[in-house]
Amino acid sequence: MATFALTRRALIAGAALVIAIPRLRAPRAAPAATPAAATPAPSLISLQINGHERRLAVEPRTTLLDALREQLDLTGTKKGCDRGACGACTVHVDGRRVNACLTLAMRVQGRAITTIEGLAQGDDLHPVQAAFIRHDAFQCGYCTPGQIMSAAAFLAEGHDADPATIREWMSGNICRCGAYPHIVDAVRDVAISRAANGAG
Amino acid sequence: MQAFDLIRPTDLPAAIAAMGKGRRFIAGGTDLLQLMKENIETPSALIDLDALALDGIGADGGGLMLGALARMADVAAHPAVRAEYPAISQALLSAASPQVRNMGTVGGNLLQRTRCVYFRDAAFPCNKRTPGAGCPAIAGQNRMLAILGGSADCIATHPSDLPVALAALEATVVMQGPNGTRRVPISDFYLLPGTTPGQETVLAPDEIITMIEVPASAWARRSAYVKLRDRASFEFALVAAAVALDVRDGTIAAARVALGGVAAKPWRAMAAEAALVGQKADGATFAQAAALATEGARPAGRNGFKVRLAQRAVARALGALV
Ligand SMILES: Cc1cc2nc3c(=O)[nH]c(=O)nc-3n(C[C@H](O)[C@H](O)[C@H](O)COP(=O)(O)OP(=O)(O)OC[C@H]3O[C@@H](n4cnc5c(N)ncnc54)[C@H](O)[C@@H]3O)c2cc1C
Ligand code: SF4
Ligand code: FES
Ligand code: FES
Repeated sequence: MATFALTRRALIAGAALVIAIPRLRAPRAAPAATPAAATPAPSLISLQINGHERRLAVEPRTTLLDALREQLDLTGTKKGCDRGACGACTVHVDGRRVNACLTLAMRVQGRAITTIEGLAQGDDLHPVQAAFIRHDAFQCGYCTPGQIMSAAAFLAEGHDADPATIREWMSGNICRCGAYPHIVDAVRDVAISRAANGAG
Repeated sequence: MQAFDLIRPTDLPAAIAAMGKGRRFIAGGTDLLQLMKENIETPSALIDLDALALDGIGADGGGLMLGALARMADVAAHPAVRAEYPAISQALLSAASPQVRNMGTVGGNLLQRTRCVYFRDAAFPCNKRTPGAGCPAIAGQNRMLAILGGSADCIATHPSDLPVALAALEATVVMQGPNGTRRVPISDFYLLPGTTPGQETVLAPDEIITMIEVPASAWARRSAYVKLRDRASFEFALVAAAVALDVRDGTIAAARVALGGVAAKPWRAMAAEAALVGQKADGATFAQAAALATEGARPAGRNGFKVRLAQRAVARALGALV
């Protein structure tokens, strides 16, 4: 199982290089003429991620997204737009869904951070993960970790489970492949079975 | 993003004292970090407002008090806001995404910068960023921009939804600086561009918004927000309308109408309000008032459609109240 997880992660990391990642515009280098402030020395901080304490050195400008991906080898959280507009970087902070690309790592010390890697209980997938597989709710898979983190929060927030409500409350997650109908089916499936089991 | 220092004061006086040239306050960070990633803002230090305990939400018979650091999602979901000030809840729920609303604060939302594409792209000149540089929007991409209150220097709109509802409900912005506390009605908080488009509000650089106050009223209780945009969700307004009515025995006793997406500030439509008061609360009255809502509009070239659209937003919002 561990080997599989590793292999799959390597696969996803590789795939990300060839997939056309939705960007709002081509990256532009910082204008060289602008004088930058003297770079503050990185500080050692500790973050609570998926129930574990992780220590790392970050600059004030390090986003939670870059800390996860570049320093902690948690590459399940994706970078799409890096501007809050696509939801690929969705994680939970103290149980609430947020965009990791607009979160400074230093500002979430002492908060409980959950990423897609922390959603399953051991080998038992989170019900939303299982439903995404059952309903084939992805194509390239790039938006999927963010969609799943958002959907798990949607369920915990306790909204109605009609398709219109799901679409509205999942609108912070863009899918360039257009897998929306199956995503709505997957989320609705979990919401309905939870209601039937009285789990809220 | 260029390097900066992060300063984390634990009380309000320390936060105010920490302010200095080239520094910025950071609340949710959802607009500021976007602008910093685009090199539109290049602060040397950020002063973190998180630890100041300004995130309370309180309501009593007299009114509503929103701490400036209250998250947009929490304000939208608050039972008193939903019941007594529905336009505020509706405006917030129409803004951004669930993720952004969990991060963004109501104080930060008041200060969101314009979404004018030239302003947000450092490769273009812009009078708002650099006085005298020029305004490519006036002859360019101005479909999203102002039809009211613009100047020869700038036709940007204010992009936030919440302030439009606050304008209709006559909220007050409370701010604190080195010289003490000021309370400014939201109608006086925003400035039209004139010849100084860089100056967008009356807030001084070293002042912190601490609270937003909204008086309780019969018309606040009967209020609504309608936002019209290019897609169904997660998009900025082309136009929006916040309306509020006090209706007694079928007759309108008091009315408030504010437009969003049309100017650099939430636009109070006084002529429309006057046309509502004393009339029967029905479709004919609403249509007449809506036609007056855009009085004085001067479209920029590609945004002429906003005139009719804003009128229709007003009519639809009023219709939702009866
Ligand atoms: C993809 C996307 C879509 C969006 N769509 C919408 C939308 O449809 N409608 C809408 O209304 N908004 C929308 N927004 C904007 C979002 O609502 C704002 O970014 C948010 O409200 C800003 O709040 P903040 O706390 O994050 O502010 P910050 O980014 O922290 O701060 C913004 C500015 O305000 C200053 N500031 C913040 N708080 C204070 C204070 N208390 N006192 C003094 N100065 C302060 C900061 O110095 C900074 O200059 C969108 C944002 C994103 C990323
Ligand atoms: S409309 Fe205003 S913000 Fe936009 S380019 Fe012109 S001056 Fe800049
Ligand atoms: S990467 Fe697109 S919202 Fe964060
Ligand atoms: S972006 Fe490809 S599955 Fe959503």
